[in-house]
Amino acid sequence: MKPNPTASSASPHAIEFRDVRFSIGEHRLVDGLTLAIRRGETLVLLGRSGSGKTTTLKLINRLLEPGAGVVSVEGRSTADWDPIRLRRSIGYVIQEVGLFPHFSVERNIGLVPSIEGWPRAKVQERVRTLLRLVGLDPALAARFPAELSGGQRQRVGVARALAADPPILLMDEPFGALDPITRAELQREFRELQAKIGKTVVFVTHDLSEALLLASRIGLFEDGRLAGLYTPEEFQRTSDATCAEYRKAFRAVLPLAPAAP
Amino acid sequence: MGLIHYFLSNRTEILELTLEHLWLVGVSMLLAVLAGVPTGILLARRPRLEKPVLAGANIVETIPSLALFGLLLPVPWLGARADRLAILALALYALLPIIRNTYAGIAGVDPAVVEAGRGMGLTDRQLLLQVQLPLALSVILAGVRVATVISIGVATIAAAIGAGGLGEFIFRGLAMVNNNLILAGAIPAALLALAADLVFGIAEHKLRPRTSAR
Repeated sequence: MKPNPTASSASPHAIEFRDVRFSIGEHRLVDGLTLAIRRGETLVLLGRSGSGKTTTLKLINRLLEPGAGVVSVEGRSTADWDPIRLRRSIGYVIQEVGLFPHFSVERNIGLVPSIEGWPRAKVQERVRTLLRLVGLDPALAARFPAELSGGQRQRVGVARALAADPPILLMDEPFGALDPITRAELQREFRELQAKIGKTVVFVTHDLSEALLLASRIGLFEDGRLAGLYTPEEFQRTSDATCAEYRKAFRAVLPLAPAAP
Repeated sequence: MGLIHYFLSNRTEILELTLEHLWLVGVSMLLAVLAGVPTGILLARRPRLEKPVLAGANIVETIPSLALFGLLLPVPWLGARADRLAILALALYALLPIIRNTYAGIAGVDPAVVEAGRGMGLTDRQLLLQVQLPLALSVILAGVRVATVISIGVATIAAAIGAGGLGEFIFRGLAMVNNNLILAGAIPAALLALAADLVFGIAEHKLRPRTSAR
């Protein structure tokens, strides 16, 4: 079952935030957020820890519900979606991966398709296709997560998120826990993958070079607010103080980072 | 040897009371699992209930067994049959380790795994049955194991209210100052406890979820 095709064709945006606030007690984690995410773009949410990036991501698949304002996915408010349906049409990748340790790679990737009632042979074929897509040997299907390297686990996490072919992919610092070489490898591969599959991707990171490499647009977050939206080129040229600060901080640790990709 | 001779010549009665003992423990453990595991699951979902429920189970645990048997005696339907009463009391004692381990087992599942599951669109039920319970199973079994071993010991007291079991020999032996009689109850009870510990230990190991292909 595809999520409401009439609604998706009616709205020009895959995801929309309208004056969204989310608070815990007195503390506003996200405030006054208005943002439209275009179909097929890779929007990178960039900001310090605690700036509201992850909260924003979780508002999309309704792991959190807004205290005020409306979050719409495919033209429909998430409050009107059946949360289970909504989440099955959105792939979700987190830094800790969260693979099921007692399931083989195949069962991990094939879980949602199996629950959705796909025939066994089709699930197996899908698992093999996805493993190849994320650059893994299909022979790994029988392995368990504990028998994989960190990079392999994260690739399986991406494959699992793509399993039921969701139009939207949410990624929360997916490469943050990897060593620099593996990270660079996965970033490059993900860029190629994204060019191939054309999903709407919302990607959270605090790494400027990652944002510049992957983003079609960068949303800069500061203290729960969206401080600005830029293309990677704009981000490097703008005189905005927050962006400049970011660029400076990164130039200090990584002299080559701000070079245009 | 007097003791061996004594055991052999009374083997029918020893076997009978051993079976009765097993029945008391078996039924009470079944009840305790049926009540305790769902309670533990509930606590894992509503952590606010954890303190009051565990405190309640703790209080039951502190009541001396003989006193608990005696206290339940005047309760109408329960007091009518001694074995019924004994089973309920034993089940109450078994609750604490089972609830606590179920709660700890489920709460101990890696939060990233739970978040990933939720984010993929698993329902609460699917998450529980496919992810949380399988991963918590060996911890839950460890609770059942402790509860069973304790229960086999406590069940000997049940003979004081006429519920039968191996305690019969012990109380009779105490009254008659007959060591052979006491040992005819104590030794099989100890062996039962050891056997239960062994069986559950093996089950705990076998049912630990597989996390590698080899």
